[in-house]
This record gives sequence, C-alpha cells and structure tokens, in this order.
Amino acid sequence: MKTTTYGWLILLFPLVGTILIGFGYRRLGQASGWIASLAIALAFASAIGALLSLLGHSEGHRELTNSLWNYDVSAGVDARLQVLVDPLSVFMCLVVSGVSTLIHIYSIGYIRSDRGESRYFAYLNYFVFSMLLLVLAGNFLLLIVGWAFVGAASYLLISFWYRRSTATEAGIKAFVINVLGDVGLVLGTFFIFRHTHTLSFEGTFAAAPHVFAHNSTDLVAGCLLLLVGAFAKSAQIPLHTWLPDAMEGPTPVSALIHAATMVTAGVYLIARMHPLFEIATTAADVGAIVGCLTLLVAASIAIVQTDLKRVIAYSTMSQIGYMIMGVSSGAYVGGLFHLMTHAFFKALLFMGAGSIISAMGGEQSLDRMSGFRKAMPFTFVCFILGGLALSGMPPFSGWFSKDDILGYLLHRGGLFVVLGILGYAGALLTGVYTFRMIFRAFFGDPCPEARELEQGHLHHAESGFNPGNGELEDTDVGFPGPEHNIAERNWTMIFPMATLGVLALIGGAVEIPGVDDLITKFLRPAFAGSRLFAIEPSTGNAWIGLIVGALIAIAGISIAFVIWIREPGASARLEQRAPALHTFLYNKWYFDELIDFVVVRPAQLTGRFAQTVLDGGLIAGGVTGSGTGIVRAASATVRRAQTGFLRYYAALMIVGIGAVALYFLIAST
Amino acid sequence: MDIGWYLVVSVLIFCIGAAGVLVRPNPMVILLCLELMLNAGNLALVAFSRMWGGDDGQVFALIVLVVAACEVTVGLGLIVALHRRQLPVDVDELNELRG
Repeated sequence: MKTTTYGWLILLFPLVGTILIGFGYRRLGQASGWIASLAIALAFASAIGALLSLLGHSEGHRELTNSLWNYDVSAGVDARLQVLVDPLSVFMCLVVSGVSTLIHIYSIGYIRSDRGESRYFAYLNYFVFSMLLLVLAGNFLLLIVGWAFVGAASYLLISFWYRRSTATEAGIKAFVINVLGDVGLVLGTFFIFRHTHTLSFEGTFAAAPHVFAHNSTDLVAGCLLLLVGAFAKSAQIPLHTWLPDAMEGPTPVSALIHAATMVTAGVYLIARMHPLFEIATTAADVGAIVGCLTLLVAASIAIVQTDLKRVIAYSTMSQIGYMIMGVSSGAYVGGLFHLMTHAFFKALLFMGAGSIISAMGGEQSLDRMSGFRKAMPFTFVCFILGGLALSGMPPFSGWFSKDDILGYLLHRGGLFVVLGILGYAGALLTGVYTFRMIFRAFFGDPCPEARELEQGHLHHAESGFNPGNGELEDTDVGFPGPEHNIAERNWTMIFPMATLGVLALIGGAVEIPGVDDLITKFLRPAFAGSRLFAIEPSTGNAWIGLIVGALIAIAGISIAFVIWIREPGASARLEQRAPALHTFLYNKWYFDELIDFVVVRPAQLTGRFAQTVLDGGLIAGGVTGSGTGIVRAASATVRRAQTGFLRYYAALMIVGIGAVALYFLIAST
Repeated sequence: MDIGWYLVVSVLIFCIGAAGVLVRPNPMVILLCLELMLNAGNLALVAFSRMWGGDDGQVFALIVLVVAACEVTVGLGLIVALHRRQLPVDVDELNELRG
C-alpha cells in the first residue's frame, strides 16, 4: 500500500465513525462509545502503518503528497483535496490519534450515565477527524478547513451540556476567539499566496526563498497573521481567555481538546511554516516573545487559582507557551517533543482531575478538597506521575522535553538567552503550582467526601448543581448524568490512565541527548532545508541544562512542600502580606476586563450607535420612511379611480374607445 | 339598397346594447346587451363585405360568432357560480374591486 493511502485511511476511520454514530444515535446507545473508540484506534493503526511505510523510504524521499481530486485548478489557483504525509504530519497523527484513542476509552466510563452519550461520541470523533485533517493537509486550503473544523468541534464539545448557561457562554467565547484566529489564518494565507501563486505547501516553501527577501514586509505581515491564528488556537496572550472558560466542558474533552491536541495546533502550524518563519525572522521573534510571556503569566495565575481544572488549564497555557517559544525560535524538535510528552502527562492530569471531581460529586474547588490520598490511591499515583512529569523531575518525560527547548534557546544566544532564563523561571513556578494542587487535593485531613469514599461509598450530591455558579440542575439530556464515575471503579478509566502514566514516566526516553535522539533523527527530513534545525547544543551542555532543570524542579516542589505541607497557614500569610498581588493574580491579570474594555465595550457602543442612529434614524426613518410615504400618498390618489362599479368601467371603456375612434376619423379626413 | 341604412340599423343596435350594458344592473341582461353589440358589429361587417364583394367580412363575422359563444360560456359560468354561492346577482352589489 502506498504511504499516502495510509494518510487517507487515517482520515477515513474517524469520519466514518462520526457519520455512523451521528445517524445511528437512536439505536446505538452504549455501543457508540466502543464504535468511536474503535474508529480512532483504527486511525492510530493507520498512523503506525504510515510511519512504517515512511521509514521504508530513503531519507530524501519522505515528503509525499497525494491529491484525491481537484476542486479548482485554474486561473492561478490550485485548490486540491491533498494530503501531505511527511515525518512531521505522521508524528502529529501518531500523537493525536494515540492520545485520542485512550481518551475515547476513558470517556466510555466517564460519560456512561449521561443521556447525550451518542452525541458526545459523534462530536468527539468529528473533532479527531478535523484535527487529523488539519495536520495532514497538504495545502493552505485544507489546513484552513481543518482549522475551522476543530474550532467548531471545540465549540460543540465545550457546550456539550447545553442547558448549562455557563457552558454555552464558554462555548461561544471559545468559538468567537477561534474564528478571530481563522480570519488571521485566511488573511495570512492571502498575503503569502499573492506572491507564491500556489496554495500547496511544497510549492510555497520551494518558492518562498525566491520571491521573499529576508524580512520582506508582506511575508512578515503574512506570518504575523498566521501567528494570530496560532495564538487564538493555542491560547496565547492576548487571545487566551477562552481556554480557562472552556473547562466548562466534560473533563475528557478538556483532556483531549484543551490539553493534548487542539491547543497544540498553533505549535504545529509554526513548525509546518518554518521555511516562512525563517525568512520572516521578525515574526518568529514575536512568536517566541509572546510564548515566553504566556508561559510566565499563565504560570503565575495558576499558583493562585482555586478551581482544580482551571489550574490545569493555566498550566496547559503555560506549557504551550514553552512550545510556541521553542518552535518560533527554531527548537522544532524540542517544541514537538514537548508537545508529545505534554499530551501524555497533561491528559493524565485531566483524567485524574475528572476522577477527583467525580468523587467530590461535581465540585471543582480546591478549597473543598483535601486528603484524597488514601481514598483514591490509583488517582493519586497517576496525579503524582503526571505532576512530576509536568514539573520536570528526572527521569520523567517532561524533564527531557522542557529542557530540550530551554537548552536550545540558551545555545542559540542573543535574545534567546533571556527567553531561556525566563523559561527556567517559569519552570520554578510550574513546580510550585503543580504540587500546590497535589498537596491541597491529596494531602492533609480528608474532607468529608474523601472520608465517605474511604468507607466505600461514593459521595453523591442530593441534586445536581453547576460547580461554576451553584445553579440547580436535573440529570436529563443537556446536563451531566446522574452517576459520577471515579477511576478506581471503572477499568475503562484505569486502562488509559495507567497507559498514560507509564508514558509520562518513560516517554522521554525517545530523545535522550547523546543516547538515542530518535525524534531528531525522525523529523530531520521534514526540516531538511532549515537553517535553525542544525543548531544543537552539544551533548555536554544539554546534560548541564538537564541538571539545572532538575534542580529547579526540585526547588519548585520544595517551595510548594514548605508552603502547603510543612507550615500550614503559610499561604494565607503570604496572601495577607501581598494582597494586591494576590488579587491581581486571582483575577487573571485582568485580561478579561481588559478585553472587555478594549474590544467588547467599543463594539457594543458602535453596535448600539448603528442600531439607533444609522438603522433606526437614517435607514428606517429617512430612507424607508420617506420612500413608503411617497408610495402611500401616490397610491391613495390613484386608488380613487377604482370604484368597483362595473358600469363605470364599461362607460370609461366606451368613452375611451370612442375617443380613439373619433381621433382616427378626424385624422384620416 | 344603400349601405347607409344597414349601417344606421347597426349603429342603433350597438347603441341600444351599449346603453343596456351601462344602465342595467342584472348581469344576465348585460350579457344579452353585449350580444347585441357584437351582432351589431357583425351586421356592419357583413354589409361592408357585400358592398366590396369580398368575403373577408363574412369570415370575420363567423369568428366574432365564435368569440361571442366563448364569452357567453364564461359569462354564464360566472353567473351560475354567483348564484350557487348565494351572492347577489347584481353588478352594483359586486364592487369588491373598489380601491
């Protein structure tokens, strides 16, 4: 089988799954979860097939494209349904479909009692299809289609509990910001297409060095617009506000979309467009700086948030900041490697969070949780594995991947050294907020729910409620189902968590500096023309970086240990000592308020002005009003001629015909 | 005989018909008066045809007869429909076209 055929198969299975479940939802019921999981597992198998087939080609021939048909190839546009199978896209496919398979299986247990189960799995399959379409796209057209599709899927899944007002609002917010990113992507494509006259990636990258001068204005503008797309999708400052709100969706959705896959699309985009960003270095620098800012801001917010899922969401933002910073600076391997390990340990953390939240009966606040260590030993172990990987403790996967990025930055020099050092500062914060979360949820005196669970009874709130605003809910479709499912009692939840736990532990082994460097070797053909790919810190320096990273992680965890375990009340004292800072961080740097002030209010004002003055006054009053007035007056005059009496019409007719006849008589004589 | 007399008769019948259409309220009578007008026209056509010796006028008169038959069918149909729906059979009452 041809390598590209595997590419098409990867797309086919999730699509078939979506259609099957979408149409058969009445009959399928509980089976839909298994069909969905099978579809994604088959996609994963196809991705492995593509990998093996790709490795069968020699290094120089690993970029394969295939078009199924042409939409339109004329007048200088080459719009094809085209996939590009190269090491980069196959790498992404493996991560996406692999993690998705596990999360699908987890969802079977998690969403079991929900009335909208089939709808959930249809959406989930649709999402995976869109994401795979995004990474396999062989031209800008299909990339934009996939890009918009994942935004739509994200909206559908965030608002999955559509009777929750908070969930629908969060969905709308996510969708609007994502569409902003779509617009950026489309406009950026136009800027590039104007000069290269081709939509295909291959053609664009081949033509780019010839048609664009270094840092030429059009290319920088185009790349900055592409970055807008990447920032919106990957929740980078200032387009990040949707991601914490997106935690309103079901927890497996947060694990899949808002941790492992969709939010990494921006990282993929920059890595895919690296030939352009290497010419437009200004745009690349902007990407690196924004990534660095995001990782610091998000990490600082994560330290004070009390909603468990939001802490993990800010941590996701922060980690994606690392990736964006990495791929923008040229650390492609580091960025993509971190993408992979992050998908493992962050999905694991979300799954663990889902389990704890279920044990709490839907409550998400860290203030209410404590001492779950004994009640939920399995979840605890998974959380520890994920947390250590996230903080970058050796020998966990996150340790290798994060320091791969930071080591590259330090090695590249100049501005990037500053970014690298700030990255290490972020790593310290990472350790603190990760273990703050773990210490608060699992250590200390067991909370009532934990004690209940220790005696073998799962806590159930008397009636359902919205953890966001406390509104009462029923358990019908559109709200979460009646049962809560914890990992300890569901093997469909244990299996994916255990797998990811092992991967979080050993996933870093594929890229140990000086030992195997598998990812570097695998990705090299995709970055063949890259100037920055070749820059690589020496093995010795890489190991020094790794040791520094490990020390920083230990320092971060120790700080968390001192504040939240050894000296109870230390965090409250810190809050009192710097109340302004705490309020500032607790309110997320006031980004929501800032955007509200800068964008939303002016837009509302303009809208109201347009409604009252332009539409109400000018259009309705002036144009429509005077127009209808004239017509009404004229018709009132003419109407009087219509009496409705037959004889009147007959007389008029006779008079008229008589007059005409008379005229012709007179005229003829 | 002079053609003038034929035309005088034709004009007289036409005027009687037209006056009937204008003043009578009963649609049935109006239809009859319309027939009078049409046949006045026929008389004139035939007279002119005899005067010129051609047969175009005769043919025309036949066509007018056909048209008249059609018109009567439609008209009578309308009157029957009015009657069936219990509407007044009086053109002055049927003034829904008033603007």
